[in-house]
Amino acid sequence: MHLASVAAEGVGWPDQLPLLPHPGEIIVGVVAFAILYWLYSTKVVPRMEELYAERSAAIEGGMKQAEEAQAAAQAALDQYNAQLHEARAEANKIREDARAQGASIVTEMRGQAQAESTRITEAAKKQIDAERQSAVVSLRSQVGAMSTELASRIVGESLHDEARQSGIVDRFLAELESGDIKPEKVGSASVAQGSAAGSDDPTADTTFTQGS
Amino acid sequence: MLSVPLMAGVATDGGGFQTPSTNDFWWPLIGGDHNNFAFTRPSLVMLISVVVLGWFFVSVSSRLSVVPSKRQWLAEQVYDFVRNGIGRDVIGAKDFKPFLPLLFTMFTLILFNNVAGVIPFVQYPTTSRIAFPIILTLVVYVTYHVVAIRRKGGVFGYLKSLVPPGLPGWLRPIMFILEVLTYFFVRPLTLALRLFGNMMAGHLMLLVFIVGGEYLLLHSGSIALGGAGVLSFAFSIVMTFFELLIEFLQAFIFTMLTALYLSDAVSEHH
Repeated sequence: MHLASVAAEGVGWPDQLPLLPHPGEIIVGVVAFAILYWLYSTKVVPRMEELYAERSAAIEGGMKQAEEAQAAAQAALDQYNAQLHEARAEANKIREDARAQGASIVTEMRGQAQAESTRITEAAKKQIDAERQSAVVSLRSQVGAMSTELASRIVGESLHDEARQSGIVDRFLAELESGDIKPEKVGSASVAQGSAAGSDDPTADTTFTQGS
Repeated sequence: MLSVPLMAGVATDGGGFQTPSTNDFWWPLIGGDHNNFAFTRPSLVMLISVVVLGWFFVSVSSRLSVVPSKRQWLAEQVYDFVRNGIGRDVIGAKDFKPFLPLLFTMFTLILFNNVAGVIPFVQYPTTSRIAFPIILTLVVYVTYHVVAIRRKGGVFGYLKSLVPPGLPGWLRPIMFILEVLTYFFVRPLTLALRLFGNMMAGHLMLLVFIVGGEYLLLHSGSIALGGAGVLSFAFSIVMTFFELLIEFLQAFIFTMLTALYLSDAVSEHH
């Protein structure tokens, strides 16, 4: 183009060279771009990139933290479950033990009670025997005296000394015991009692009659 | 039918209506009276844009927090758009970081100076002055060639890499010439002229509708033409919003192509 001629002519730029870059604007453009580029590359972009890194780190850190928390919660849950299981097993064991122990105690107590009752029964039997024995002895002497008295009254003579000497009473009693003399029931009411008590009990309310 | 005599009337109105032309883009503030060197109005807007953008982004990034404030959120949206939407997606996650200042400068500077075309009281897209697209294109041009020469093993390696491998022998010289034309002439020309042409044409169109509307409304002396003037104004408002879209789109396209050329330069093969 006629750049040189236009420039030499003075104010010709707009009309004759509308599409040619204007030198003043080129300079301004270069300066403007340089300043902005410098500002961005030194002050804006590095900080923005820092922020991006920081933000992604924060997000990653948060995620990691959350993962850790979840893992910890899971561990706590596992531990809790294990403890619960253990406790349940222990409770079961204790219950089983208690049951077994209870059963053994019952058995033992039962044995003890059995022994005790046996002992009491034995003691009672012995006592009864002893009392019976003493009753028999005292009765024997009383019955002897009474029957002797009765006999002497009936017979009318004193048989005391003789009877004592001859042992009539003893013999009578021996006969009585050996069953030669049957006891005779005193009343109808005492029939059942007498049969229940057994015929071998001489202490019952019976009168004795000479056997037929 | 109606408009023909009316237009004729306008045209014969003693040269009253001056059609907007490239002359309207010449707006010296200081100088320019006696020579062609001047500090122009677009230059002033360009410098103001650097001050505003620099102040905004530097002040925001000087106190960044992980939880952003409103201003930081806005700044981050813009930065994120360039960083992830253009830089990382086009150049690739491996190589995009060193080019972030360049891409971010391109995008914000071009966007601001494009949108200056619709900012009230400025209403002059700085990028419609061809000097600015040329400067920015030159930066991109030099950058992608330097990067490519470094990456592909010197000038010879770079030139060799222009021809894709596996071509038959007779096709190689043709392909080489085509690729050299593309990389060294077509790309910078289209990059600069696309931005400049869009901004200049858009601004010129707005000028036609607004200046023409004003003339029809105030100086035509006819009610019908006044109505046409109102219509022209209304349409200029619609076109202003359309321009806003174009202005954003051109800033995006310029930055996108810059990233594309850089990704070509850093790629392992052709």
